[in-house]
Amino acid sequence: MLILSDVLILAAVLFCISVAGIFINRKNVIILLMCIELMLLSVNLNFIAFAHFLGDIAGQVFVFFILTVAAAESAIGLAILVVVFRNRSTINVSDLDTMRG
Amino acid sequence: MIWAPLAPEIALLSAACLLLIIDTLSRDEKRRLTYWLGLAALILSAVLVLAFSPLEPVVLLHGHYVSDPMSAVLKEAICVITIAVFFYAYDYFEEHGLLQGEFFVLSLFAVLGMMVMVSAHSLLTVYLGLELLSLSLYALVAMHRDSPTASEAAIKYFVLGALASGMLLYGMSMLYGVTGTLELPAVSAVIAQEAGRNLILVFGLVFVIVGIAFKLGAVPFHMWVPDVYEGSPTAVTLFISSAPKIAAFAMAIRLLVDGMAPLVSDWQGMLIILSLLSMAAGNVIAISQTNIKRMLAYSTIAHVGFLLLGILSGTRTGYAGSMFYVLVYALMSIGAFGMVILLGRHRFEADRLDDFQGLSRRSPWFAFIMLILMFSMAGAPPLIGFWAKWFVIKEVIAAGYVWLAVLAVTFSVIGAYYYLRIVKLMYFDEPTHLTALKASQEMRFILSLNGLAVLLLGFMPGLLMAVCVQAMRM
Repeated sequence: MLILSDVLILAAVLFCISVAGIFINRKNVIILLMCIELMLLSVNLNFIAFAHFLGDIAGQVFVFFILTVAAAESAIGLAILVVVFRNRSTINVSDLDTMRG
Repeated sequence: MIWAPLAPEIALLSAACLLLIIDTLSRDEKRRLTYWLGLAALILSAVLVLAFSPLEPVVLLHGHYVSDPMSAVLKEAICVITIAVFFYAYDYFEEHGLLQGEFFVLSLFAVLGMMVMVSAHSLLTVYLGLELLSLSLYALVAMHRDSPTASEAAIKYFVLGALASGMLLYGMSMLYGVTGTLELPAVSAVIAQEAGRNLILVFGLVFVIVGIAFKLGAVPFHMWVPDVYEGSPTAVTLFISSAPKIAAFAMAIRLLVDGMAPLVSDWQGMLIILSLLSMAAGNVIAISQTNIKRMLAYSTIAHVGFLLLGILSGTRTGYAGSMFYVLVYALMSIGAFGMVILLGRHRFEADRLDDFQGLSRRSPWFAFIMLILMFSMAGAPPLIGFWAKWFVIKEVIAAGYVWLAVLAVTFSVIGAYYYLRIVKLMYFDEPTHLTALKASQEMRFILSLNGLAVLLLGFMPGLLMAVCVQAMRM
């Protein structure tokens, strides 16, 4: 039988993986976008678990909103990525460092 | 009418959607129609905010939306500031050949997002308003499609902004899990009943604070601020540095005060750290900058530190002091970036400090306006910036943090150096060339008005403060 803490731990692990991915990854911006998606999904898991175990529907409704926003967010992220690639012909994270100070 | 308090948002949403279609059909290279209609939409919603400003809080949409005196004042301020931004921005885009209708449409959507944030009454509304604002801003930063720096700034802003939203959401999910409700006052009520200290709540609180600090640009979550300010087109920087700060302040008040008032002793300590680090890092790093947009970015970080002082005092008058600070800051910030726009010439950004050399010889009047703005930002009496610092520091002392107040004053003295350096460049250095500044009539008018507002409000700070205290009464 699944209990609340199992789901919460899974969500926390996914969340940590995504944050680590954002900070450790120096190669590819697309991986950053994937990490952001994963982060939002781990939050969704949290909301669903709480909603289920509290017997409250509001958390599940919240998940629908997060999914919608995440779709819009990745659309904008990919659009910006295209602009970056056109200007610099690279999407290497470590090359994006022209501004310093 | 039950929907009446929503009128400003409904009007703005309809106007933004209409404008999107009109702009697509418009063949005008100058985008005059989009520009004027955008202004009209903002003026309309500003009037509607005034017309429906409530005396008592009205809760609508099943407890997700509230219209109260604070939201009315902040929405009014957001509309007025954005109207000024449009005036500055049109001139900038025309001069730099970047005129596109998207700026006006996206700004209207951003304003709508800010209004939703300001009126949020549940975690869901806070999140949706924040995302509407952030997504519009990411696109605005990337608007100059052929500029490598703008696109780099956009991707950095996007990744860090999305990370911040994720953190905030994770915190919200924890709050929801503990309290079982999304409505902010209900969250607060459940927390108040908790006996002892609930660790999961504090855990959630930390994530929420990280999210707020990211959006405000407080140290150590400030990495995006300098790059975004430097990389974006100046008109977009002008926008990002002004109205969204007001909305971020509202978000902090909604989440921390409306939603987590019983945890005040927990978030007070975290805000003290954020505030101290922001004031220290902002003021010290700004000194070594040679790019004025980057310098103003660090100055923003320092101002955010001061803004947090009022919130962390944990009293109603403290919040009013912070509200005063954020309104004044937005006014000063659009003026300072307006000057950067004014100095820029055809397809050339005047964003180095050296561009201010000998400005008093080239244009005494605008050098004087910049002088007022810089002295006000540094906090010299009797300008309005002095009163903003005065009110928050007074509240911090009243809350018993005398050492914090002493440090705040010390850092603002350090900060005065780089503001006064600009005054020195303008008045005591030789100009490299003597070409007069050229700008449209509207631009000159609005910039003069902006500078004079900073000067004149300084003589009657009580007026604005009374409005803030009134708004924060409940």
